[in-house]
Amino acid sequence: MSAAAQESVEIEKIQTTEEGLATQQYLTFLMNDEEYGVDILAVQEIRGWERATMVPNSPSHMKGVLNLRGTIVPIIDLRDRFQLPSVDYSDITVVVILKVDTDKGDRTMGIIVDAISDVYDVPIGKVRTTGVAENRNSHFIKGLVTVDKNMVILLELQKLLTIDD
Amino acid sequence: MSVDLSQFHQVFYEESYEGLDAMEQGLLEMNVDAPDDEIINTIFRSAHSIKGGSGTFGFMQVANFTHVLETLLDEVRSGDRSLNQTTMDLLLVSVDCMRDMLQALQNGEEPDMSNADDLRAQFEAILKNEDPSQALAQSANSKEGSDSGQPPSDKSGGDGAGADGKNGWSIDFIPEPQLLQTGNEPTRMFRQISELCDGNMSVTVKTDNLPSFSSLNPEHCFLNWHIDVHAPLEKSVIDEVFEWVIDDAEINIYPLGQSCEAESQKIQESEPDKQVTPAAVEPIAVTTSQSTDEKPKAPQKAAAPQESSSIRVDIDKVDNLINMVGELVITQSMLGELGENFDMGRVQRLQEGLAQLEHNTRELQESVMKIRMMPISFVFSRFPRLVRDTARKLDKKIDLVMSGENTELDKTVMEKLGDPMVHLIRNSMDHGVETPEERIKNGKSETGTVELKAYHQSGNIVIEIEDDGAGLNTERILQKARENGVISEDANLSEDQVFDLIFQPGFSTADVVSDLSGRGVGMDVVRRNIAALNGSIEVFSQKNKGSRFVIRLPLTLAILDGQLVQVEDQIYIFPLVSIVESIQYQGSELNNVGGHSDVLQLRDEYVPILLLNQTFGIQTENDDLDESIIVVVEADGEKIGVVVDELLGQQQVVIKSLEENYKKVEGISGATILGDGTVALIIDVSGLSKLSVTSLKDLDRKVKNHKAA
Amino acid sequence: MAKILAVDDSASMRQMVSFTLKGAGHQVTEASDGVEALKIAQGQAMDLVLSDVNMPNMNGIELCANLRQLPSYKFTPILMLTTESTGDKKMAGKTAGATGWIVKPFNPDQLLTTIKKVLG
Repeated sequence: MSAAAQESVEIEKIQTTEEGLATQQYLTFLMNDEEYGVDILAVQEIRGWERATMVPNSPSHMKGVLNLRGTIVPIIDLRDRFQLPSVDYSDITVVVILKVDTDKGDRTMGIIVDAISDVYDVPIGKVRTTGVAENRNSHFIKGLVTVDKNMVILLELQKLLTIDD
Repeated sequence: MSVDLSQFHQVFYEESYEGLDAMEQGLLEMNVDAPDDEIINTIFRSAHSIKGGSGTFGFMQVANFTHVLETLLDEVRSGDRSLNQTTMDLLLVSVDCMRDMLQALQNGEEPDMSNADDLRAQFEAILKNEDPSQALAQSANSKEGSDSGQPPSDKSGGDGAGADGKNGWSIDFIPEPQLLQTGNEPTRMFRQISELCDGNMSVTVKTDNLPSFSSLNPEHCFLNWHIDVHAPLEKSVIDEVFEWVIDDAEINIYPLGQSCEAESQKIQESEPDKQVTPAAVEPIAVTTSQSTDEKPKAPQKAAAPQESSSIRVDIDKVDNLINMVGELVITQSMLGELGENFDMGRVQRLQEGLAQLEHNTRELQESVMKIRMMPISFVFSRFPRLVRDTARKLDKKIDLVMSGENTELDKTVMEKLGDPMVHLIRNSMDHGVETPEERIKNGKSETGTVELKAYHQSGNIVIEIEDDGAGLNTERILQKARENGVISEDANLSEDQVFDLIFQPGFSTADVVSDLSGRGVGMDVVRRNIAALNGSIEVFSQKNKGSRFVIRLPLTLAILDGQLVQVEDQIYIFPLVSIVESIQYQGSELNNVGGHSDVLQLRDEYVPILLLNQTFGIQTENDDLDESIIVVVEADGEKIGVVVDELLGQQQVVIKSLEENYKKVEGISGATILGDGTVALIIDVSGLSKLSVTSLKDLDRKVKNHKAA
Repeated sequence: MAKILAVDDSASMRQMVSFTLKGAGHQVTEASDGVEALKIAQGQAMDLVLSDVNMPNMNGIELCANLRQLPSYKFTPILMLTTESTGDKKMAGKTAGATGWIVKPFNPDQLLTTIKKVLG
């Protein structure tokens, strides 16, 4: 059974219990063996890592700026941002370009992650927003959801993209 | 069909502000004793358009007010009324008044009508040939005054004759032969009547006047008609059908069943005040031979304080763009075709195609940039009024001479240029030009001159503000600078350096800034504003001859002439205008001041040194600076020496925002994309000097202490 | 559907007229003064010309007189948009060959009713 088919079975199971609930699609990626999800509508493109131009006196997670079809886009190392152990970038290191409507207007930003994982349909009601442990990263987290017996951490992009330092 | 008129409001406001600017400019240019017809026409047209638009879009306050103005201007235009200074002043004030009203409306507020009502009363008095100042008192307690300002309603035709005709109407319609030549078509009128009475009508053609076939002109109308309408219509409804042809036809309308003679009522007679005075046509005839270079004066914009978000683009510029995109498409399809069947034998053609593509792209870029370019007259246009009003306030006689109004520059630059220029002009009038008495005493003509010039010079726009006044007072400036601690007591400065002091922060003397020109804002702010536009300002002055301020600005904020430099593996860009000189690190005279930081001795100046790799936190492998270059840059009147590894080339770069997706970074003004697609950051020189630990003043003190020790 | 040439130096009026006419299914060409209008008219025939009177470069009356010189505009309806409420301006228009007039201010409905008089 392919991964996609397995997923649809899983989703069906969810939907029988949560009849008629709207779902949201999430793109998930891996980082330090955890699976994180971002709203797929925010994803502009996925590209390989390339060296960015460093920005002076910026925090360590700010890896610099890239030219994305004529706009200057900052690139954030999400491991560094979440204070996870850093790894060297390689050919398979991936940059996910996200565009989010913030109170300062649309903002585009790239996040460096270990690898892309999957796309899931997540029923909105299934997202657990309570019980997420309060820690230094909790304000970036929208909630948790279990898909395919795996826990996926859903990210709050507005917060991720607007918090400056 | 319902149309939401509010969608046109923004355009209406914009064009009305332009119209008001044109009116203002016209009024200022006008010689009261010998008014120029073309100027009067322009003023009239502006008032007329504002009235038409405000009426259409439901701004009756503005329409009613403008109506009085228009009536007056129309009388001037047709030569029935001559202008005097009082009327001119009132007209100028009413331009401000209309601007206020429109601004209030645009902000969704109810305009304050007290001012407008006063003005209207005064205009009405003028129209009645009374003394306008008397009218003010009356307007306060007379309401009738405001009612008479209503535009007269336009009713042509019948006056309640519909009482008869309960059964219907008979119409004799006897057109003149040339009726068809005005585009009027009898059948359309009959169709219209038929619609009105649901077809209950009969039409009889009379061919009595038809000439013989040989003398028949097919373009003439020789037929007459008799129409019976069997419906109880209002007579005015029928009058309206023939409204446009009453002068081209004999039309008799009478109740059905009566004879024409019994109660004939020629519509012509019911038309009030039908004065056909061909003479009245003359004055509105605008000569079409009017030279086209005078014409663009009319639409002026910048005096409207709004930062409008839209831009008016000359149609030629748009056509030009379309042509270029056309060429680009051709090149693209050529390259596309080449790519489909490519072999190495066609590499020559590929290269040609790519060269063509580069050419197209560059041209397109230039044309797109040109869209943002507007004539500087948009800024200049507000100055005649400013000079006129300020001169009155100061009791001075001052002529304003402007040249180069058609010099173009970027719209954004233009918007930010207005305030510094107002400041400089007021300054020249206030402190440059002397009072008439003083001038005569100094052997000058009574009337002073302030001259504004704009021109292009090597990729920059240069603006000069020159007066023929007293010139800068060096002793006074030195004295003030010492008092304010801007310079030390014993400082020995050249004349140029003294003049430059007026741009120093904290420097303000009554001789340079007054309440009128300054309002607490000094020349340092002017310099800072201009520096923020990547520009520079200098002053030249000669005692008793006058002063000249010279502003240099890049043509656009979107493109910058840059010097590329390398620090480790990073490339940065300095704005070329900020670079004073570049020197080798090795062999330069460097001093270590107070154990803090290095300073460079550059002739008789001490310049703080800043290592770009340190300031920007770039990891360095090599501590040896001998091969380095010191780029001496200047911002806000302060110089700093920036140490970099290498100077690369100079090139024009397109400025991209870093803040759009990130945030403001100290010492960086923006970013650009280099030829290889990578991003390079542009250095903000004034921000950089703030980052540097030692400011110039601290340094000066330290150098002096150091020397004294 | 008719081909209509709308001439006015005021962009807001032009937009309003054009929007209204297009909404009623007409094909509208815009011009900002008489000179531009005449140039357009020389290139193609129209079913109706709506022109403002007071315009720079060439006013509506002159435009009208000039249009009547063109063979394809000999009988084309030309309506003047005018705020002039006095008869003499209307006469000037008539003398120059205008078909009729619409008095400003007018609303979109009045405009559509009036042009129906001369179309078709």
